[in-house]
Parts: sequence; structure tokens; C-alpha cells
Amino acid sequence: MEKDLHQIVDHLIRDTKGDAGALWDWAANSSLALFAPELILCVAIVLLLLLRLFRAGQLVPPSMVAFLGALASLYFASPWTALRGEFSQGYELFTGMLVYDSLTIYMRGILLLFAVMFIVFTRLSGIPDKEDGADIYSLVLGATLGMCLMASANHLLMVFMALEMASVPSYVLAGLMKGRRVGSEAALKYSVYGAGAAGVMLYGISLVAGVLNTVHLPTMATVLGSRIAAGLPGEEQMVLALGGLMIGVGLAFKLSAVPFHFWCPDVFEGATAEVNAFLSVASKAAALALLLRVVLGFGTLAPDRLSPGVALPAAPAQVDTAWEADELHRFVSVMHHPGHDELTPELAPAASDLGPVRSFAGKLIAFIAVITCTFGNLAAYGQTNIKRLLAYSTIAHAGYMMMAVPAVLAMAESNPSGAEHAVAGLALYIFVYVFMNLGAFVIVAFLRNAIRSEQIADYAGLIRRSPGIVICLSLILFSLVGLPPLAGFLGKFAIFASLLEGWQTTGQGYLMALLVVGGLNTAISLFYYLRVVKVMAMDPEPEERTPFEFPDVSLQGAYVWLLTLPTILLMLNWNGINELCRQAATQLLRG
Amino acid sequence: MSNITLLSIIVFLPALSTLLLAFIPKDKVEVIRFFTLIVTLVVLAITVGAFIAGGGFQYQGEEAKYMQYAFNEGWIPSFNIEYLMGMDGISFPLIMLTAFVSVLAMGASWSITKHVKGYCILFLLLLTGMLGVFLALDFFLFYVFWEVMLLPMYFLIGVWGGPRREYAAIKFFLYTLLGSVLMLIAILMIYFNSDLVGLYQISDAGGGNAVKWQTLNVSETVTNSITAELESRKESGYEPQPIHSFNLLALAALGQHAEAVHDAQPVGPESDPEKYACYLSSNLQWWAFLLLFIGFAVKVPSVPVHTWLPDAHVEAPTPISMILAGILLKMGGYGIIRICYPICPHGGYELMWFVCAIGVVSMVYGAFAALAQKDFKRMVAYSSVSHMGYVVLGLGVWSATAGTLYNPDYWNMGVKGAMFQMIGHGVSSAGMFFMVGVVYDRVHHRDLDKFGGLFGKMLVYTALSIGVFFAGLGLPGLCGFIGEVFVVLSVWRFSPLLAVISAGVVILTAGYILWAVQRVYLGAEYKGPHEEALVPSTFRERLIAGVLLVFAILFGVVPHQTVLKYMDATIDRQVDELASWTQHQDILAAEAEAKKQREEATEPTSIVAPLETSTSVNAPTANLLVRTGSTE
Repeated sequence: MEKDLHQIVDHLIRDTKGDAGALWDWAANSSLALFAPELILCVAIVLLLLLRLFRAGQLVPPSMVAFLGALASLYFASPWTALRGEFSQGYELFTGMLVYDSLTIYMRGILLLFAVMFIVFTRLSGIPDKEDGADIYSLVLGATLGMCLMASANHLLMVFMALEMASVPSYVLAGLMKGRRVGSEAALKYSVYGAGAAGVMLYGISLVAGVLNTVHLPTMATVLGSRIAAGLPGEEQMVLALGGLMIGVGLAFKLSAVPFHFWCPDVFEGATAEVNAFLSVASKAAALALLLRVVLGFGTLAPDRLSPGVALPAAPAQVDTAWEADELHRFVSVMHHPGHDELTPELAPAASDLGPVRSFAGKLIAFIAVITCTFGNLAAYGQTNIKRLLAYSTIAHAGYMMMAVPAVLAMAESNPSGAEHAVAGLALYIFVYVFMNLGAFVIVAFLRNAIRSEQIADYAGLIRRSPGIVICLSLILFSLVGLPPLAGFLGKFAIFASLLEGWQTTGQGYLMALLVVGGLNTAISLFYYLRVVKVMAMDPEPEERTPFEFPDVSLQGAYVWLLTLPTILLMLNWNGINELCRQAATQLLRG
Repeated sequence: MSNITLLSIIVFLPALSTLLLAFIPKDKVEVIRFFTLIVTLVVLAITVGAFIAGGGFQYQGEEAKYMQYAFNEGWIPSFNIEYLMGMDGISFPLIMLTAFVSVLAMGASWSITKHVKGYCILFLLLLTGMLGVFLALDFFLFYVFWEVMLLPMYFLIGVWGGPRREYAAIKFFLYTLLGSVLMLIAILMIYFNSDLVGLYQISDAGGGNAVKWQTLNVSETVTNSITAELESRKESGYEPQPIHSFNLLALAALGQHAEAVHDAQPVGPESDPEKYACYLSSNLQWWAFLLLFIGFAVKVPSVPVHTWLPDAHVEAPTPISMILAGILLKMGGYGIIRICYPICPHGGYELMWFVCAIGVVSMVYGAFAALAQKDFKRMVAYSSVSHMGYVVLGLGVWSATAGTLYNPDYWNMGVKGAMFQMIGHGVSSAGMFFMVGVVYDRVHHRDLDKFGGLFGKMLVYTALSIGVFFAGLGLPGLCGFIGEVFVVLSVWRFSPLLAVISAGVVILTAGYILWAVQRVYLGAEYKGPHEEALVPSTFRERLIAGVLLVFAILFGVVPHQTVLKYMDATIDRQVDELASWTQHQDILAAEAEAKKQREEATEPTSIVAPLETSTSVNAPTANLLVRTGSTE
């Protein structure tokens, strides 16, 4: 590699903080500036840990620091303006480690919004006590940081790091209630499973990297495409498929997809409802984004992306910067692809070369989605503990959401706008899911505080005591079923619509099968959600129940309504959010 | 008042008034009941005032054939979902029925004493759902309203019902949800295969003559984007982008002119000429019809998906049974006539025997099951299954085929009979359930064998009951007769066998109703449980029963002036359109056949054969022209 060291360092600096000279002067499109929300999270974590060293710092409630940190981070991420998009292409940050495109913005917005709501929730339910606060909030913010990285990973190393960064704090959070045996058991189970899955995934990454000589996702796709076009030898195919499956294991663990779901009900039962909310919403959303990144990374040729720190193409074109951008690109590709100095044009693959990869991944994910969804719904029947029931419901919903991915893959080449709509459908589902599932766990946590029980049977006749909370939980559960006019229907509708569009435009029968399975699952999922509603609204109140207070007019009640109202009102006009979701999908595919 | 305000008020007034209701303290039971009753009365007053008394609803002339009071506002442009409502001769009588029965059902709700506030809130939400279903013309909106009813109904049965209420409620919920999931799949299938651009080109707005664009109520915005699409296609070669739609009227036009739409579309690249094909092909229509029909048949309910109905009826409180039998079941019939047939004529045509068989089986099975019941309410519930079978049969007798020279008159009669049966059954079944409820409130059992001799203790009630039950029986001069006789007569042309069977059901009906009347009202003085509670009926009960009986007699004596005249124009148009669709279809098939023969033929002599075929298929066309010319 005939590269001047000075030049390399120069490129690195430009890539990191842009063209500007002074140390603290970042260009608006430099890696650091676009990475600002994550940096703010880091600052908040450090503050949380440092503050209690000082006496004055101990007076500051950790929840406040975490809340402000997450809020500031959300402000800097500002998905509502960023998605309106002054740029039409994505960036590759930090020499290609991360990708900053509309999906990153959208998912980061969702995750940070969730973090803000989650911190308010823990404050209201009072689960971290005074000593624990700093630890727990730093873990929560750390996991959120990892999830943001998951949503923007562009490099298999980054995929692994982000996954671990999100998982390790979660293991600790699962054991949050010190001294409770079930909590410790949950944490141990979770971490053992997690470590196993991570190991398998890392092995898979090394296999794939060994065959393709790179771990940078867009480069991998290019190499894979040209290899397939040239005719891939059988043993290499074998290794690649095995590696892909092993990477899939790591993702499936995070998604709690069958057969890697075993941790989920146990952990959910053992951990507190607060942690469950975190695991079932944020972690799942990030895992779906990551799944999308990985399969699209392998299965499609990435669209052209900008390099950070270089003037936008829209600005008055300078020959100089254009040349520099080109140079930087070459530099990045050489970094990731040391085997070939440059891809020769004749080796550049066509999108259709990756067809087998997409087809393999699509069918595999479709199969797993069907099993996950059906198993989750069936296993939820027998549950008597509301947290276990919601754990299985989470598994089932992961199945529904995964159904969008085969549709994306099937349409990626022949009908890119349809594929984008499928991604948008998934994004919409995730948005709605945040409110529904957080709402469900919030109510479970508040009820636990009030009646000291998480058994469904103990909810009997609750409507006599606190009708407001029962109405909210019923609406949320019906929304989880996917009944219009509640918001859960919108997500399902969007994903089902994409499946049908995929079937119609590509003629892939398994998409129609997915749609039918999804529809039937919706019907069978009714039973167990309805059972909870029935117990609350129709069963007589047990006579020996100790009196409890849960006034509808309270901060907790208001918070519950705040989460429930979107599920009712979103139906009235979901065009705005749907447009945002479609915007989020625009920079994923080429052409 | 503009259309959008008027129809939105009618639909959403009940739902919005629940917000007010929520602020009334729950122990002020009388206030809550009267408030709810007033809301239902206001809805009735608005509908009667705006549509009948004000003469707003047209039932004669060109206007009456198409949607009235229609409006179209954008809602979710990214999925082409519109806030589109309107009313024609098919939905108008059902709207009136809904407003009317809901007032009476609310009047019957004084017997509800548990959690009155919750009951009234759910009742009003249910009313919004029902009115919305009949007014919505956007498929998505229709589906939303269709599902909106489920939740209130579940709770109304599950909380206020009888001993096995939870089982009945979840059974009702599950059956309907399964049906509506199938419907959702069909909706998406139809949506993604619809193309307004193609339709526009064959409409009068786009230079064709197949469809009147104005009658489809496509919004201005969508029309503009269609013309823009055509413009850009003309300029830049083509990259055809279909514009999908949920508009039920446009979908009906697409379904009935599928081949023309397909021909109007540009073909894709040579390698794959079907690539851009986006039309309701016959195969798709077949599947969509089947899925939709199952979804609606659950609601009707037809055998074999009827089993939720007896349970739901037996467990539901009296007013909810009235709503269920009087209005909810009609949604199934309405869906079939509004959606299945116009949008998927191919499916309807090919499955006509299936539909008719379902109808006849429901009639026979329901009647026999009613005969076997010991429970009074269950018997009435099975009579609903039997009576709604007439509706399915009447809608399904597609007798306008080549065999009848595409004469739509008989089918027309069947459809009108079905529609009339829906209205008549709405009155008579609501009445029958109310009558059962009155006596159940007193003696707290419904065992037919333990009744007898109510005549002696409750004279007025018995007189009214017998009147109402005779209406259900289909006695000439009462509302049940007209629908049944129309349907049976129309079936003659379709299949004499089915006609004989369905006429025979009338005897079974008379059997179970007369037997029930005999066991309950006649005979020796009542000596069963709670004998002391058999007090004469109250004024409120007499009023409700009396109103129902008056309407049952009115509909029976002057059916045309009260019901049929409002629906004639619309049904005539719809059936005529479908009849000419049938004919067109046969011509297309004959042409395709002729073309095939021509291609196969190697000797020049065989050219004569296709010529002959084409002249012979022209004959019915001429015939139809003469016929339509003479009727107009």
C-alpha cells in the first residue's frame, strides 16, 4: 500500500471532524457532528457516574441527569427535521463503520424518544432506589447507545460491538432487583444465552470474513456479487451459508425469534416490568433495524453514500473537493478491502447477482417469522403471569415485524418503491409498537405497585376499582391484537399490504402464505389478550383482596393516558407519520 | 348543510355524545338512559328529517340510480385511503332501519340495571359503527367501521349477558374476526390490483364510454394525479404507475370492466408484457369473492358459520338481541350486495350455485333447528338463520344468463326481495326478540315446554306478540311475506328445485312459529316458575311492541310506498349492469373461442365457422338493446 502516512492521518481527521482547521470546529456533516446524539449519551453516562463522587453532585437526582441527557440527545438527533432531509444520500461515518441515512435518523429518533419516556416511567414507578439510580440509568443509557449503534451499523465488527453494547447492560438490568432469586436467575439465564449466541455470531462473522476478505457490509455485497457472478465454488457457498446462519443466530437471539426465544419468558418473569418494557420495545426495535441492515447489506448493493466532511454536492461544485471525495472513497474502500487495491469495473456485479442471497435470506426469515409468530401466540395461551404472557406476545410481535423483511428482499430489485414501502411498514409498526408495549408494561408495573401481584387472576374485577386503568389496558391489548380503529392495526395493515404487494409484483407464493399465516395469527391471538380483558372487566372481584389505591387522577394515570391516547387517535390521521416512515426508507436501496 | 357535515354528524354524533355521557355521574341512572335515548332519537330525527320529510333523498329519475349525498375528502393519501361516504337506494333503507331499531332497542334498555353508564356508552359506540358501515364507500373506512362494532358488542354480550355470556361473547368475537381477517386479505388483493388510470381511460372523462366518471366520486386530487400520470406517460414514453384505490364505486367499475381496463393499460416490455398488468382478473375476482363472501356469511350468518348466532342471541340482553338480529345481521347481506357482486362479478357468476346452495341450506337447516329448540330465544335465533337464508338466496339467483337471454328481471326481483327481507326481518326479528325478553324479564326462564296460557294473564302483550310472530312467519299482509315471496318467485327461473325447497321452508316456518305460539300463549293458565310475576305489560313495552307491529303491517300492506320505491332505481341499475356484464362476458368468451378456432384452422373453409359464431353471439346483444330500449 503506497500511501503516505501523513495523507492517511489527514484523511482520518477530515473524516472524523470535517474540513475545519481548529480543534473544536466541526463541519456540520462531519462524522462527529452527525454522531452528536450518541456523544451526548456518552457524556450523560460519564456525568451519572462521576456526579456521586462529589457531595454537591449527590444532590442531583440521577434520573434528572439521565432525562436531560436523553432529551438533549433527542433534540440533537431531531428526527422530525432531519427526516425532511436536506441531503438525499446517506453518509458513511468513521471510515465506513457506521452509516448515517434516513433509517438511522428514524430509528435513533424512536430509540431516544423511548429512552426519554422510559426514564419518566421509572421515575413514576419508583423502581430504582436512591443508591441504585446512577447505576441503572447509566446502564439504560449505555444500552440505548448500543441500540443506536445497532441501527446504524455498517460493518460486521460494528454489528457485533453494538449488539454486545446493547446486551451486556441488559443482562445487568435483568438482575436489577438485588436479593430476589428470580431476578438473579433471570440475569444469569439471559447472560449465558447471550454469551452463547454472541460466540456463535462472532464465529459466523469470522467465517464470512474469511471467504470475502472484508467485513464492511457494502464491500461484502460487492465482492459477494462478483464472486457469485464468477461462479462460487461449492465449499465456499457452504461456508458462506453457514456463516450467514450463525450471524442469524445472534440476531435471532436479540429478536427472541424461535428457536432462540427460550430466555425471553423466563427473563421477563424474573425481571421487573420496567426492564421488560425496555427489553421488549427498544431492544426489539433496534434488533429489527439491525436485521434489516444485515440482510440488505448482504443482499443488495448499497446505494452510493457520501463521505463526511466533504462539501455537499448541492453546494457550488469545486473540483478540489470533488477530487478529495473521490480520493477519500478510494481510501475507505482500500481500508476495508486490502486484498484488491481497487475493484476493477468489469468485476462490478449487478444487483441480480445477489438474487440467490436475497432469496435464501428471505425464505429463511419468512420461515422463522411464521414459526415465531405462531409459537408465540400459541404459547401465550396457558400463561397465568401477565409478564410471561406479554413475553410471548412480544415474541409473536417480533414474528409479525419480521414478516416485512422477506417482502423487502423480494421486491428489492424488481420493485424498489414497493420494497421501500415494506421498510416503511416495518417502521410504522415499530412506532406504534413503542406506545402499545410500553403502555402495557407501564400498567403492569403500576398495578404491581398497587396490588403487589403480577398474576392475571389477581386482576379480577379491577374495573370496579380503577376503571381508567382497565380501559387503558384493554385498549392497549386490543391494539396489540390489531383491531381497528386502534393503532396496532395500522402497523399490521402496512406490513400485510407490503406482503400482498410483494406477492402481486413478484409472484412469490411464500409472501401470500406469510400474509395468510399473519392473518390467522391475528385471529388466534385474540383469545389470550381477551382473557386478560375478560378477567379485569367481567370477573367478580375477589372478596379477600386487600384494599388498594390507584386513583385515575394522578401522575401515573396521566402518564398511562398519554401512552394510550396515541393508540386511539393515531387512526384519525396517520398520514404524517406514514410519510415520515416512507422518508426513513428512501436511502436504503440503490436506484 | 353540506353532505360531509350531514353524514358525519349522523355517524359520529353517537360516538361524540359518549364524551358528554362520561361526565354524568354514574348513579344518575335515569338521566343517563334518557340522554342516550335522546341521542338515538336525534339521529332518527336527522335521518327522517333530512332524507324523507325534507324530500332530500331522490328515488326517481337519473339521480336515484347513483350515490346521493356523496362526498370525498382525502384521508391517508399515502395509501389512497379516502374519507368517502354516500348513500343510495341500497344503503338508505338500512340507515333508516338502523336509526329506527336503535331507538326501540334503547327504549327496551330500561330492563338493564347493571352498570348503566358503561352500557349506554358502548351502545352509542355500537351505533356509530353500524351507521358507518352502511355509509362508508371507501373499503378501508368500511373495514374500520366493521371492526369498530366488535368491541362494544363483545362487552355488551359479555358483561350484560346471561349465564354463559363470556363463552358467547368470545365466540361471536372470534367468528367475526376470522371472517374479517379473510376480508382484509381480499381487500388488499383488490387494492393492489386496482388501477384508476386504466379506468379513467375507458370512462367518459378519458374519452371512453364504459363508465360515467362523475358517478364514481373520485376526488379531485386523485383525478388530477391520474391526468398527470397520463400526461407524463405521453411525454416520456411510458413507465406506467398504477394508481390504486379503495373507492368501492371505482372498484365496482374496475371489476365489471376488467378486460377493458386491461386493454387500456400500456403493455410492459416485450420480454414480460404482463408486467404492468394491474386489473381485477377473473381468477382474482373468484378468490376475492370467496374470501369476502365467507367474511360476510359469518355475519349473515349462513350455515355452516352460523353457530355463534344462537349462543350470542341466547346470552345477549334483550335490547342487544334486537340490535343483533335487527341490524348487525343485515351488514352481512349489505356487504354481499354492495361489495361482493359489483366488485367481483366473475366470482359471483361462477359461484352462483355455491351461494344459492348456502342460502337454501341455511333456510332449511335453520328452520329444522328452530323446530327442535326448547329454548324460546334460541328458537327465534334459529329462525333468523332461516330467514337470512332467503337474503343470501335472493342475492345469489343470477338468472340473467344466456339461457334467459340475459333477462335481468327475475334476478332483480330476487335482489329486491332480499333487500325487502332484510328490512322486514329487521322489524319482525327485533319484535320477536323483544317479546321473548318481556316474558323472560318476568318469569326468568325461556323453556318453551314450561310456558302456556300467557293469554289469560297478559292480554295486550299476547295480542301484540301474536301479531309480531305472524310477521316473522310471513303471513300475507305482514312484512315477512313480501321478501319471501319475491325471493321464491325469482328462484323459479333459476332453478325450480331450489324454488320448491325454499317454498317448502315456508311450511316449516309456519310450523315452528305456530307451535311456539301454541306452547307459549295458548293453553291452560300458566303454572310455571315465577307465576306471580306475570303482570300485564307496561306502557313502555306496549309502545315498543306496538310501533314494531304497526311497521310490520305497514311494510306488508304498502310495501312499495314504504320500502321498495326507495331502492328500485339503484337495484335496477346494479342488476342491469351485471346482466349486461354477463352478456359481454359471453361475447368475449365466444370471440376468444372463435379466435382460437381460426388460429387452429388450416383449411380455408373453416373460416366460415367463426363468422357464424360471431353472428350468433350478436343476437342477444340486439335482443338486450331492444329490451332496455323498451323499458326506459
